[in-house]
Amino acid sequence: MERMERRAALTGAGQSEVGRRLGRDPLELTLDACVAAIEDAGLSTRDIDGLATYPGAMGGNPGFSGAGITEVHDALRLELDWFSGGMERSGQLGAVVDACLAVACGLARHVLCFRSVWEGSAQGKGSRPGIGLSGGGGSFRASGPPMEWTLPFRAYSAVNWIGMFAQRHFHEYGTTREQLAGIALNARRNAALNPAAIYREPLSLDDYMSARMISTPLCLYDCDVPCDGATAVIVSHVDAARDLRKPPLRVEAVGTALRGRPSWDQFDDLTTMACRDAARMLWERTDLRPGDVDVAQLYDGFSFIALSWLESLGFCGMGVGGAFVEGGRRIARDGEIPLNTHGGQLSGGRLHGYGFIHEACVQLWGEAGARQVAGDPEVAVAGAGGGPLAGCLLLTRL
Amino acid sequence: MEKPFRILPRVTAENEHFWCGGREGELRFLRCQPCGQYLHPPAPLCPDCLGKDLQAEAVSGRATVLTFTLNHQPWVPSADHPYAIAIVEIDEQPGLRLMTNIVGCPAESVHVGMRVRVVFEEHEDVFMPLFTPEDA
Repeated sequence: MERMERRAALTGAGQSEVGRRLGRDPLELTLDACVAAIEDAGLSTRDIDGLATYPGAMGGNPGFSGAGITEVHDALRLELDWFSGGMERSGQLGAVVDACLAVACGLARHVLCFRSVWEGSAQGKGSRPGIGLSGGGGSFRASGPPMEWTLPFRAYSAVNWIGMFAQRHFHEYGTTREQLAGIALNARRNAALNPAAIYREPLSLDDYMSARMISTPLCLYDCDVPCDGATAVIVSHVDAARDLRKPPLRVEAVGTALRGRPSWDQFDDLTTMACRDAARMLWERTDLRPGDVDVAQLYDGFSFIALSWLESLGFCGMGVGGAFVEGGRRIARDGEIPLNTHGGQLSGGRLHGYGFIHEACVQLWGEAGARQVAGDPEVAVAGAGGGPLAGCLLLTRL
Repeated sequence: MEKPFRILPRVTAENEHFWCGGREGELRFLRCQPCGQYLHPPAPLCPDCLGKDLQAEAVSGRATVLTFTLNHQPWVPSADHPYAIAIVEIDEQPGLRLMTNIVGCPAESVHVGMRVRVVFEEHEDVFMPLFTPEDA
């Protein structure tokens, strides 16, 4: 059977202004990204017949969602045949995978996919808030997964949850903080060449090693930076993609699997995460191999997650990610597998998954400017999500 | 030592055996009566045999630390930073585990493989199952 991916292509990408605290209307940021992506593809709003987003409109967690389906639908007066928003899917990029399915099945021809955040402004002048600690007051009680099983034990942030995966990896494989630093330092070196990145000043190994601890073994520089900004991409049916403004990027394979338990603390192997399953599925759906990939844009909400994605995708063996990223040579722009060439979320800003697919497109289109990877990259992988969240796409130039 | 602030779980008929078992000094999990499997978090059926004959049963409260993290970030003001969050595996069954805190010892002494036993910290109607070194 022909794989559904053969009928899907990425045809445009756009991003709003990105900043630590912009103080701008999050819907306006969202629409800036959407319009940029539509124009990038050479389309008009009348061509858009599909809309997909993560996580969709939601309360709670201030700043976590800048806009939902309904707001974007109405603001652009779209005439939609298909739309989908929500969190219960294969990670943040699950919305993009759903868009691929929609075009492949003929439910839509051009799907606008977006994700926007304003966590920087929502945070205000205070420090990064813990989950469940904003609002609610003294009567708030945690109910259902994952909050019921984490918050009562004072594990208020994903940094606590991911810290435990990292600690188990350190224990089983001898991974060290000096090695893990390779992820953060690489991100900062790349961010220096990205005008849109938030933290661009040099970061040294000494800076990293002496940074304050947040939740062992993760320090300040292992944590991404909350920001305001929005990203959008256009997923088109290949038949509708040929005569657009840019060469379409083919979706070679997707990974959406979650074969382990959908939990931050019950996953069968505490040295890896759902990315193990999503990555395995991705390679089951293509004849390409990890050695064929020219650039990797992998979720680094916390540095250890990117290490876990590198292992899961087979850029190195399971358990040896520490040695692989140590010193940063293999993951540099001129290394074996250039990683997070825009600075990732660690230095570029927490665009929550969509910065990675945007950068994958930009690199394949050769539009990355000073940070462009040499050698005219043809194959890119984008993966997003940590813990039980994971989804990934392998993209190639047609 | 003074009890730290905690966000408490919402106690329901389905989870009361777990969150309130400490009132009788017991750590309890649902157990499938025909096949003997413990499950956590609570669910309406056994994931193995799909049967619904589940009863809350006490376990020994003995466990091993699978992994941990020392939280330094002051999400909530408290005098006891860093404190230890851990995932522990209960002796009765491989894979029967929960997130918890390790208390009653210096946070820096917590390690993977550490042998621990349950202790309870009372907050309103909830008896938080925490763990302390086995020999403490």
